Order: sequence, then structure tokens, then C-alpha cells
Amino acid sequence: MANGDLCSVVKRGRVHLITLTGAGEHRLNPTLLSAIRSAVAAVRASPGAGALVLAAQGKFFCNGYDLAWARAGASPADRIAAMRAALRGLVADLLALPVPTVAAVTGHAAAAGCGLALAHDAVVMRASRGFLYMGEVDARIKIVDFFGELIRQKVPDAVARRDLVMKGEKMTAAEAVRRGIVDKAVDGGVGDVVDAAVAMAEGLAARGWNGETVAEIRKAAWPDLWRKVKDHGGEAPARPRL
Amino acid sequence: MCTLEQRGRVFVLTLTGDDEHRLSHALIASIRSSVASVAAAAASAGPGTALVTVGEGRFFSNGLDNIWAGTSRERLQGLVDALSPLAADLFALPMPTIAAITGHAAAGGFLLALCHDYRIMRGDRGVLYMSEVDIGLPLPPYFVSVLRSKITAANALRDVTLRGRKLKAAEAKEMGIVDAVCPGPAETAAEAIKLAEQLAARKWDGNVYASIRMSIFPEACRSIGIVEESDEEKRKHFASRL
Repeated sequence: MANGDLCSVVKRGRVHLITLTGAGEHRLNPTLLSAIRSAVAAVRASPGAGALVLAAQGKFFCNGYDLAWARAGASPADRIAAMRAALRGLVADLLALPVPTVAAVTGHAAAAGCGLALAHDAVVMRASRGFLYMGEVDARIKIVDFFGELIRQKVPDAVARRDLVMKGEKMTAAEAVRRGIVDKAVDGGVGDVVDAAVAMAEGLAARGWNGETVAEIRKAAWPDLWRKVKDHGGEAPARPRL
Repeated sequence: MCTLEQRGRVFVLTLTGDDEHRLSHALIASIRSSVASVAAAAASAGPGTALVTVGEGRFFSNGLDNIWAGTSRERLQGLVDALSPLAADLFALPMPTIAAITGHAAAGGFLLALCHDYRIMRGDRGVLYMSEVDIGLPLPPYFVSVLRSKITAANALRDVTLRGRKLKAAEAKEMGIVDAVCPGPAETAAEAIKLAEQLAARKWDGNVYASIRMSIFPEACRSIGIVEESDEEKRKHFASRL
């Protein structure tokens, strides 16, 4: 599948908006992960980029790893490992990105999809529909080291972390904001959520921060997470200084 | 010293008698034996079980048996060392755990409550109290690790450890240390069992549940000697499930 079928990239002012396209669940198989990573790499290489937003079309933001694809393989264990490795790389790419990042959780964000949202600097979420749901405990899937670290760093409150991950609570945007997991709940439809995320991103871009500084401070703010993912990504050469 | 009963899918461990339930070598061994029975029973019971720990009388537990230890550093250290494996048993238990705090929980007794996933406490009487600073005893490193893992709200850790604040249930709930407050001991026990039944009804795989708990609290687990599974072992588990 060509990358263009899976995600689109448009510019809105200085904000580079990556949208997971189509009405499906945007399951994170290696193909989609590769497409997202390519899009992120393009943002990294773009001299005028001021911020990144990741959004999705349809009912789902991202419903997690493509377990059906894993099961269909000769070695499902190898396939899940491949998806985990690719997500680990994408998290590294996002941590090392020299522009602020915002996740526009336009629909359901489950398991690895929830993790992907949390790997951004800020998260805005649709208020009227959609849940954050760490479904691993229900699906009987264990949590690997870097992913556990991602959750610990991005959900520092012990009770919120327990309820999200050990209880598999389905959290609405309002609940997620109340618990400090998500920054903002946005009323309306998918388009309204995207607009809000872009507006937030534009505000961050307008600060005119030096990109290298943003990346270094981010890595220093989440050092344990960076340490666990840095060998998997984020290594593309940074934009040349002008 | 302690009794164990099974009510449907819920195991109830009771610290018996109207005394302080001081964690002596004998009581610790008795509790460990009961917890081991629970783990064994769970293996044959299949997915969907839970543990409630409750105290009779005015105390949940007033901590390690300092009275027996007296001024002997060896005795005191021996008790500290004996409690750590019990903490490990609880952090590794393949089912959700709930402490029904039916009376005072101080020092090691407070720690015992924190080693459970959820805490329900009576609101009419009783306090949570880390007394070490008042008594002039340092906190054992694994105590600190568990405290830091479970108490993450701003200033809460300081108030508990450095100020020796005595927390009633309502305050503890505000600080995220207790999940629910009930009028008295009978209601507390009933609410804890009700929560246990709800969690057991989720039919979680115990091994996966414990694994996820460990990935949420890895530092606490390390401090009490639990070695987390490697990513490779988790990958194999995924494969074996399909």
C-alpha cells in the first residue's frame, strides 16, 4: 500500500498536520507505522516546520496493534515484536523531533494507539465521543518495557495509571482531563478537534523556539523513556541550521 | 493470627483479634502462608479472582513488632527484612488486591495497605500514619520505594513521610492514597468485597494482571526483589496465547 493511502500530510501555516486516513481502525501494523514515521521524518527535514499534529479520520484515532495481522503470520510472536519495534522507533522519532507535537485524539485511542497519543507533547481529545482505553489487561497482552516507561512518564499519577492500565478503564475526554492525562477536551466533531489541535500547535510554533533546544529539553524531561527508545529511532540528521 | 476464606471468586484474608496486629515474625509468616494458599487456589480457579485483606478490631495493623524488638537493632532489622518478601508476594499476586482498612494502619501496617492495588477505608475512626519520623527511625529503602510508587500527588509524599501526618480516610482519599471512604468497619469490608467481585468479574488472566502491575510499578518491585520478565519472555507469552 502506498503511504498516501494510509496517512496524509498537509500544512496549515507552520503546522504540519498528519492525518491517518480512512474510516478504519488505523491499526498499527508495520506498513502504517512506516508511513507515519516517513511523514514525521519529512516534518523533521522541513525547514519551515513549526509544529506537528497527528490526527485521524473516522470513529477511531488508533485502535492499537494489528493483532489480526500478527495472528495471520507464520510466527505471530515475530510479528508483534516487529510492531513493537516500529512503535518504539516512532516514539523515539517524536521525542527527538525539533518541533512541538500535539496529538488530536479524534476518536477511540486504545492500547498502542493510546500510547502513541501520549507520546506527543500535548493531547487534545474529542469530548463527545471516543475513549482512551488501555485494553491490554482485558486482551491478556503484557506490557513491554519501553511502553511501560511511556505510561509511567506520561501518566505520573499512581491512581490514574492504575485505573487506566490495571483496571482497563475506558476514559472519556472529560475524565482524562480531570486526571491530568489529556490536556484539553474539545466539543464538536472530528474537524473541531483537529482545528483545536492545530490552533494549540500554532500557538506553540509562534513561540519561535530553537528546534534543537526543544528536542534536547524534551529528551531531558523524559530521560528514562528516551534512554529506552533512543537506539530505535530519532536519528535522522536534523535540519541544517540557517 | 489470620484466617483465610473463599467467598465465590473473592478470597478474604482476615487479621484476627482486637489487638494491634503487630507484624511479628509469626504474623508475617502466617499472612505469607495464607497469601501463598490464595495464589495456589487461583491457579486452579482460573481467571477472575481477587483478594481482600481486612482487620478485626480497632487496628488494621500498627506496624512491625517494635515492642518485641525493643532496642535491639538486629531484631528490628530482622523484622524489616521479613516484611519485604510479604510485600513481594502481594506485588506478584496474580489477581487484584484490596485492603479494607478497618482501623489504624501505621508504619509497616500502612505499608502493607499500600502493597495492595486498592484501598477502602473507614471514615469514622482510624488514621494512616507513617510514624518513623516521629519515632526516630529511618525508612527502609523498600518502604520508600513503595511509598514513592503509590503516593504521587503533590506534597502528599512529603506530608506522609517527612511530617508524619496522620491521615483520616477523607484526607487520604483527596491525596489519592485511599479509593473510597465508608461509614464504619462493616461497610468498609462490604465495599471492599463488592469491589473485589466487580474486579473478579472482569475475568482477567492472573499472570497477565500481575505482569502489568509490575510494569506499572517496576521500581517498587525491584526494591522488594521481584525480577520483571524480559520483553523476550513477554513476546513468547503473546505467541502462546494465539
